[in-house]
Amino acid sequence: MPPRSPRSRRAPVDAGCRCAGLSWSLVSEPVIVARDLVKRYGDFAAVDGISFEVAPGESFGLLGPNGAGKSTTMRMVGAVSTRTAGDLSILGLDPDTHGPEIRSQLGVVPQSDNLDTELRVRENLLVYGRYFGLPGRVIAKRADELLAFAQLQEKGKAKVDSLSGGMKRRLTIARALINDPRVLLLDEPTTGLDPQARHILWDRLFRLKEQGTTLLLTTHYMDEAEQLCDRLVVVDKGAIMAEGTPADLIRRYSSREVLEVRFGSDRNSEVAERLSGIGDRTEVLPDRILIYSENGEAELVRITEAGLHPLTSLVRRSSLEDVFLRLTGRTLIE
Amino acid sequence: MSQGLSTEAQHDATARAIAAGRLPRRWGAWYVALHRFRVMKSYTGTVVVAGIGNPLIYLYALGVGLATIVDDNLPDAAVGGVSYLVFVAPALLASAAITVASEEFTYPVMLGYKWNPTFTGMSASPLRPTQIVDGVILSVAVRMAVNLVLFFLLILVFGAAPSPVAFLSVFAGLLGGLAFGTVLMGYASTLEEDTGQLAMVMRFIVLPMTLFSGTFFPLSTFPIWLQWIGWISPLWHSTELARVFSYGYAEPIWLTVVHVAYLAVLIVAGWVWARRIAIRRLGR
Repeated sequence: MPPRSPRSRRAPVDAGCRCAGLSWSLVSEPVIVARDLVKRYGDFAAVDGISFEVAPGESFGLLGPNGAGKSTTMRMVGAVSTRTAGDLSILGLDPDTHGPEIRSQLGVVPQSDNLDTELRVRENLLVYGRYFGLPGRVIAKRADELLAFAQLQEKGKAKVDSLSGGMKRRLTIARALINDPRVLLLDEPTTGLDPQARHILWDRLFRLKEQGTTLLLTTHYMDEAEQLCDRLVVVDKGAIMAEGTPADLIRRYSSREVLEVRFGSDRNSEVAERLSGIGDRTEVLPDRILIYSENGEAELVRITEAGLHPLTSLVRRSSLEDVFLRLTGRTLIE
Repeated sequence: MSQGLSTEAQHDATARAIAAGRLPRRWGAWYVALHRFRVMKSYTGTVVVAGIGNPLIYLYALGVGLATIVDDNLPDAAVGGVSYLVFVAPALLASAAITVASEEFTYPVMLGYKWNPTFTGMSASPLRPTQIVDGVILSVAVRMAVNLVLFFLLILVFGAAPSPVAFLSVFAGLLGGLAFGTVLMGYASTLEEDTGQLAMVMRFIVLPMTLFSGTFFPLSTFPIWLQWIGWISPLWHSTELARVFSYGYAEPIWLTVVHVAYLAVLIVAGWVWARRIAIRRLGR
């Protein structure tokens, strides 16, 4: 397991403040400033007025389900996709006029790997380093360091297609670091990886974070957001639903604990009616009922006293999943 | 940290970005070409074998084999007063460029946009979409030139290029290959899915073009209602141009100018088209 994110490391933000940017600018100039960012494809607004700021060294997350507009936002911040409206500044530059300059300072890990499968592992780093105009000597040295960082030293001469999914991901991250970027953009970095591969990747990303690299990442995994993000926005249908630190969002939008009870899928909704008054709030899902409360065990006792006997029960801490459910009425992974 | 200091840090970061953008802005296309060369290196064998083997087979089969029939049965005047080998050699050279173009500007382009989206990867770096297109065209032009030079050397071995400026036929071939190639690249760039369009291009454009471009016999031997295929075909223009250089084929000077101008216009049009598609497609 990688170490848990030390949330108190950075100056605390008043996440409740809607004008969070103001308080950040006093701490240090933000690296990324997005204001009322809009991207339309015909009539469809993929991103519909998103505003956020990311401070240097901060690890900032965009959390939301598939199709929420996260990747589109990332491509605009990556100075690749042009915005339809709004203001955007990365390192004090406008992507419309300074695309190459901005991109020279970014490392980009796209949602699906686009390594060159016609080249070998190390060659992928060499050709990519060239794009930044770096001298061959520097690239070769960094390529070896990054292969070590990505735990791929042995694979330098291997064909890309012979790598596992996790290895390809790590190679993509190594490639994104070849220019020693100020900001690393990660779009769904661990989607499709098995748990072990995810943990290795989180560990690598956590090291970067410790070195002070600014991270901007999208994810629809709660545990990932909790592991890696100092601060995040919950995005749904192209708009921001909430903003804050993970702990802060949980405090604001959920209770401390959650009691999950199952009565069998055909009885859940029927039983739910008889649970009124128990817990702060309940959510009925197809397979289970969630009861939000400061003390899950106590609620379970009350349910049993009411003569209801769940097939299974589980008390857990609230997570960002609960925040999302509260904000949108939907679960993240459907 | 005071705000003054952090603003300074910000200015540093901005200045660093602007400095780092300089080289890629100037040399980006070349960086892409270097990448393509590295990919091509993995099939150097194919390039060399095809580059030498194909001309050998064609020159021998047509210029020597078929020529025995043609030269025995037709007066030299039928192919402009030279032996059939001399007549057909520059045309084969021009076709070789078309072959390279249809290899390099079709599936590799689809590959870069879609199947193994290396163009998307490049566009996340400081490279601009236009530089990606320029780099691809530049690298193919180099590969094409290598093929054409090899071909030309073989023609010399066969003693089939009598003119002292025969080496210029390499440039004629290059012009024709790029004229067809850039347009082909523009078209391939527009394809979101390959539902057989490229195979159709090979079958219904490349093949007829080789047959109706005066490669094996002069275009004038066709009925007039078929000759238009030759006039619009970049291959006919590059073939005729190569013949002018290779053995001093006599045609009015204005026609030679038309060949060059037509091919140049196609190159520019195809190039601009491919760049536009790249800007649109990679900037979505």
